[in-house]
Amino acid sequence: MITLYMVSALSLIIVDNINMLVKNIIKLKNLRFLALIFLSACIENAPLDSLSPEGPYARSIDELFWLTFWIAVVIFVIVQGALLLSIFVFKEKPDSPEPKQIHGNTKLEILWTIIPVIILAVIAVPTVRTIFDLANEPEDALKIEVIGHQWWFEYRYPDYGITTANILVIPADRPIRLEMWSNDVLHNYWVPKLNGKRYLVPGQTTYLNLHADSPDEFWAQCGEYCGLSHSKMRGRVLSLSENDFQLWVKDQQQDAVKLEDNSLAAEGQQVYLNAGCTQCHVIDGVWDVQGDRIAPNLTHFAIRNVFAGAALYNNRENLSKWLANPAEIKPGTFMPNLELTEAEINALIAYLGTLK
Amino acid sequence: MSDSHSYPHEPTGVETRKLGMWVFLSTEILFFGTLITTFMIFKGSDFPGMKLTDVYDIPFTSISSFILLMSSLTMVLAHNALEVNDQEKTRVWLLATAMLGAVFLAGQIYEFTEFYHKGFELSTNIFSSSFYVLTGFHGLHVFIGVVLLLALWGIGQRQKGLTLEGGMNLEFVALYWHFVDIVWIVLFTVVYLI
Amino acid sequence: MTKIIEPKRQSSIFRRPSSETGIWSWITTVDHKKIGIMYGYAAFFFLLIGGLEALILRIQLSQPDNNFLTAAEYNAMFTMHGTTMIFLAIMPISAAFFNYLLPLQIGARDVAFPRLNALSFWIFIFGGAFLYSTFIFGTAGAPEGGYLAEEVGWLGSAPNGGWFGYQPNAGMKYSPGTAMDYWAIGLQILGIASLISAFNFITTIINMRTEGMRFMRMPVFTWMTFAVSFLLAFSLPIIAIALFYVTFDRKFGTTFFLTEGGGDPILWQHLFWLFGHPEVYILILPAFGIVSEVLPTFSRKPLFGYAAIVFAGFGIAFIGFGVWAHHMFASAISPVAQAGFGLSTMVIAVPTGVKIFNWLGTIWGGKLKLNTPMLFSLGFIGMFLIGGLSGVTHSIVPADTQQTDTYYVVAHFHYVLFGGALFGIFSGLYYWFPKVWGKMYNESLGKIHFWLMMIGFNLTFGPMHWLGLQGQVRRTWVYAEETNLQFWNIVVTVGAFIIALSIIVFMINWIFSKRNGEKAPFDPWDARTIEWTIPSPTPVWNFSKAPIVKSLDDFWHTKYSEDEEGRAVKRAEADQILLDLEEEGLNPSEHIELPSPSYFPIVLASGLPFLGYAVIYKSIPLALIGSILLLIGGFGWGTEPLEEEAFEDSHE
Repeated sequence: MITLYMVSALSLIIVDNINMLVKNIIKLKNLRFLALIFLSACIENAPLDSLSPEGPYARSIDELFWLTFWIAVVIFVIVQGALLLSIFVFKEKPDSPEPKQIHGNTKLEILWTIIPVIILAVIAVPTVRTIFDLANEPEDALKIEVIGHQWWFEYRYPDYGITTANILVIPADRPIRLEMWSNDVLHNYWVPKLNGKRYLVPGQTTYLNLHADSPDEFWAQCGEYCGLSHSKMRGRVLSLSENDFQLWVKDQQQDAVKLEDNSLAAEGQQVYLNAGCTQCHVIDGVWDVQGDRIAPNLTHFAIRNVFAGAALYNNRENLSKWLANPAEIKPGTFMPNLELTEAEINALIAYLGTLK
Repeated sequence: MSDSHSYPHEPTGVETRKLGMWVFLSTEILFFGTLITTFMIFKGSDFPGMKLTDVYDIPFTSISSFILLMSSLTMVLAHNALEVNDQEKTRVWLLATAMLGAVFLAGQIYEFTEFYHKGFELSTNIFSSSFYVLTGFHGLHVFIGVVLLLALWGIGQRQKGLTLEGGMNLEFVALYWHFVDIVWIVLFTVVYLI
Repeated sequence: MTKIIEPKRQSSIFRRPSSETGIWSWITTVDHKKIGIMYGYAAFFFLLIGGLEALILRIQLSQPDNNFLTAAEYNAMFTMHGTTMIFLAIMPISAAFFNYLLPLQIGARDVAFPRLNALSFWIFIFGGAFLYSTFIFGTAGAPEGGYLAEEVGWLGSAPNGGWFGYQPNAGMKYSPGTAMDYWAIGLQILGIASLISAFNFITTIINMRTEGMRFMRMPVFTWMTFAVSFLLAFSLPIIAIALFYVTFDRKFGTTFFLTEGGGDPILWQHLFWLFGHPEVYILILPAFGIVSEVLPTFSRKPLFGYAAIVFAGFGIAFIGFGVWAHHMFASAISPVAQAGFGLSTMVIAVPTGVKIFNWLGTIWGGKLKLNTPMLFSLGFIGMFLIGGLSGVTHSIVPADTQQTDTYYVVAHFHYVLFGGALFGIFSGLYYWFPKVWGKMYNESLGKIHFWLMMIGFNLTFGPMHWLGLQGQVRRTWVYAEETNLQFWNIVVTVGAFIIALSIIVFMINWIFSKRNGEKAPFDPWDARTIEWTIPSPTPVWNFSKAPIVKSLDDFWHTKYSEDEEGRAVKRAEADQILLDLEEEGLNPSEHIELPSPSYFPIVLASGLPFLGYAVIYKSIPLALIGSILLLIGGFGWGTEPLEEEAFEDSHE
C-alpha cells in the first residue's frame, strides 16, 4: 500500500523536488530552475508567461512570488515528509503495540501556531511594501488611457491626441501610467511580462503601471470573464526605442488621405463609406462617427499586425474570413455581417492595406 | 432518569422553538443589515432624479409608525392575558395586534401609491430602488406577521384555545412581531429622519 | 421485544400519511436518517452531472482553438459546473452527513425540527430542479446589439454569467434571455433550503444534546457542523439580498449594480464575496470534521489537541468573514484595502496550519490501519496542504494580481475543494457506510477507487498550476496555439477521465456492497464516538435509551483503559458491555415516540418554484398557484401536531 502511495504522482513530485533541492542548493540564485525542469520540455515560448518578467514591476512581483514559493516548498517538504514518514513508521504491523493515548501537547501546539505567524510576518513585510510600490504613480510617466470594450481594448494618448486599438505602443525603459475604465462590462487588463492584472470598471477609473526593459512585443489578455468572446479579448504591447516611438507618434498623428483615384483601394473606400462600416468605425480624414465610437479607429489599421481584439493576425486570409461573418470568429460581436460580396471584401482589404 | 416522555433535551433550558426563533432573528439582522447598508451607500452617492425628501410626508409616516409601535404593546397584553389563561382577552389583543399591523400595511401601500403618482417610481433612480426594496421587504415581514397573528387568533377560536406550549406558539410569534417593530424604528430613523 | 407504540391515525385536518415503506414513506418522512440518505443520493446525482459538465469542458480545452463547443455552450457549461458542484453537490452532500450523523453523535432521537428538516430537503430538490429546468425553458443570447453566427442551442441556453455572476455582465443588457434569472432565483431557493437547515442544526446542537454531552465533549464533526451552520446563517442573508437586487435589476428595471443609474458593479463583488468566502469554509469544514473522526479511529489514538482543533475551526469560520476582498485584489479596491485583506488572508493560514499539525500529531505514534476511509483522510491532508500553500501565495497581493483569473486559481481551489472537501467526503462515505447500510463495503474496490482518484486528481489539477502561471486565463473557451499551452491541457483532460473512471469504481462498490456486502457489526472500526454504540443499520429510533456521556470519546473509554505507560488496554468487561449494547439497541425497553410523517413539507416546498417562474415570466397565475401551495402547506403544517400522540394528550 505504502509503496503505491510513493508512486502516486504527488510523491514523485515531492521526491523530485527534494533531489533537485539538494543538488541545486548552491544554485539557489537561479530561482527559476524548478519551473524550467517542469516546463522546458513542453513550454519553451509562452507569450503570456507570468514567470518571465521583462520589466521592473513584473520583476518585483516575480521576486515576491519566488520568495513565497520557496518558503512554501520548504513547508511542503517538511509537512508532507512528516505525513509520509508517519505512515511508514506507524502503519499497523502484526507486532505493533497499542499506541500511547496522547491527547495533545500544549508546548508543541503553541510552537506550531507561533512559527507560521513568524513566517507569515516575514512574507508580509515585502508584500505590503510591494503593494504600495506598485500602486504609486511613477514620476514622469507617460499617461495612456485604456478603455475596455466587449471584446477589444482601445488606447488613447491624451498627450499626443492619438486613438488606437488592440496594440498598445509604448516607449521602452520608461514608466507608463495606464488610466483605465470600461465602456460596458468588467474587463481585466493583463500583460503578464510587465505587471499583474487590474480591472476595468464602468464608471470608475483604475490605474496600472507598466514598464518594459527593452524594445519587444508582449502579449496581453483580458483576465475577467466578460461575456461570449472573453477568451478572444487579447492584445499586444509593443515597446519601442524612444526614437522609434517618436516616429510612431508622428505617423499616428497623420490623418488618412481620402483616395480619389480608380484603384481597387479607392473602390474599397467606397465600400467602407457606403456598406455600413461608417456606423461605428472612424478613419480620421475620411469619416468621423457621430455619437459613441464603439469600434476600433481604423486610421492606421495596416500597421497593426493583429486585429479583432488581437484574436487574428492582420493578413488577407483572416480579413476576408472576418469580413464575411465576424460573429463566426467572435461570437456576440457587435460587428454585423454586412453581407458583403467577395468583390467588396477584396476591395475593402485593399483599402485597409493602404491605411498606414 | 427516563420516564417515557422525557427523552432528554434542552440542556440550555430555553424552549427549542423559541431558541430556533432567536437563531432565525439573528439572521434576519443580517438581512436587514445588508439592505440598510446598501441603502446608506446609495443615499450618500450621486444619483440623478428625485429624492425621498421631494415626496415624503413625515407626519403621516410618523403616525403609521406609532400605530405599529402600539401593536407591540397589544402583543404584550395578549401574552399577559394568555399567561393567566384568559382566552378571550388573548384573542381580543391578538386581533387588535393584527389589525394595527394591517393598518400600518395599508398606510404603507397608500404611501407607496402616493410616491408613485408623484413620479418617485421603483426604477426612477438608485435611491428610489433601494427605498422601495428596503421598506417593501419590511412590509413583507409585517404582512407575514399579520398572517401569523390571524392564524393564532383562528386557532384560539377552537375549543381548547391557545396554550403557551404546543402547536403555533404565541411567544414564538410575539418574538417575531417585536423584532419586526424594532426594525421599523431603525428603518424610520435611517430612511426618513437622517 | 420492540415496543414502539404505533402512532394513532387520528387526522388533524388532512389524513396523516402512514406509509412506512415504499415511495410515500420517503416523500413524507421526517426521519433525519432517511432525509440524510435522500440528500446524499440527490447530491451525488448532481455531482455526476457537474462532473459530466467538467468532462465536456475538458474535451473542449484539450486542443487549442477547438470547436467542440460554441462559446455560448462553453460559458453555460462552466457556469453550471461551478454552480452545480458548489450548491447542488458539495453543500448537500455535507448536509447529508449533518442530517444522518448529527443526532447520532449527540445522542438525540432526531433534529430539533424534523419537519423543517424535511422542508429544507424538499426546497433543495425543487431548487435544483428549478435551476436545471433552464435547459428546457431558459434562453440566452448575445449582448444587446451583438451578433451570433448560430443559435445558442439547448446546451447554451443555461446560465452563462459564471457562478459568481459578476455585474454588469450578468445583467439583462449583457446576458439577455431568462437563463441568468433561473440562476439568480435558483440560488435564492437553494439558499432558503440551506438557511432553514442551518437554524435547525444550530438549535439541535444547542438544545438536543443528551445527558452529559457537554460542548467540549462533542465529536469534532459535530463541532464543524455547528461552525458551518453559523457560517450559513450569517452569510446566506447577504447573498439573498444581493440576489434580490440582481433579480430587480434584471426584471424590474432597477440599477443596483448598473453604472448608468448610479449603481455600483463593485458592490455586487463585495456582497457576493462576503457570502462567497465563508461559503468556501462551508464547503471545507465538514471535511475537516470527517477527517477528525476518521484519523483517531484508525490511529487508535485520541485526536491530538481536540480543543485546538475545535477553536481553530471556529477561528477559521470567524476570520473567514474578514477576508472576502482577497477575491478582488485586481478589482477596484485601494492599496490600503489590498494590504489589509492580504494580511487577514495570511492570518487565516494560522488556524488552518494548526489543524494540519494536529492531524499529524494524531497519526504520529499511532497504529495506523490503512483502509479506504483512512487512505482518503491521509490523502486529504496531503492534497489540502498543497491547496493551502497555494492559497498563501494568493495572500501575497502583488503575486495574486498575476495569478488571479488564471488556471493557477482553478488549481488552488480544486486542491481545496476536491482534494480537500471531496476526499474528506469520500472518506466519510466509506467510514459510515456500515452504520448506514449494515453492510461492509468492498475494501479492494475502495482502494482502487482511492488510487485512481489520487492519480487522476493530481494529473488534472497539478498541471493547472503551471498552465495558470504560463498565462491560461479562466473561463477561456479557446486558447491560441501560440500560447504553447496544449501539452499540459491534454494531460489535464486525461486526468479528468481517470477521475471519472474512479467514480465508476466507487459506484460499483457502493451498489454491490449495499446489496451483497458482508453483514456489518455495530462497531466495525473499534470506534470512539457514540454513534457506534447502536446497531447497524441504525434503527429508526436511533438510541433505545438516551445515552449518558461521561467523557470525550465516551465509547472508546467504555472499551479501553490505559496502562501506566499510557497505552490503551481493553477493559475486562468490554466484551460484555458490547454484547449488552447490541442487545439493548435492537430491543428498546421503553415506549418510543417518534415524530409522525407529514405531507406538508413537500407541499410547502413545491410552491417556491412556481413563485420563481412567476417572477421570471411576470405571471400572476403562476404566482397564485405558488402562493396557494405555500398557504396549504403552511396552514396544514401549523395545524398539524408534530406527533399524533402529543395532539391526543393536549385534548385530555
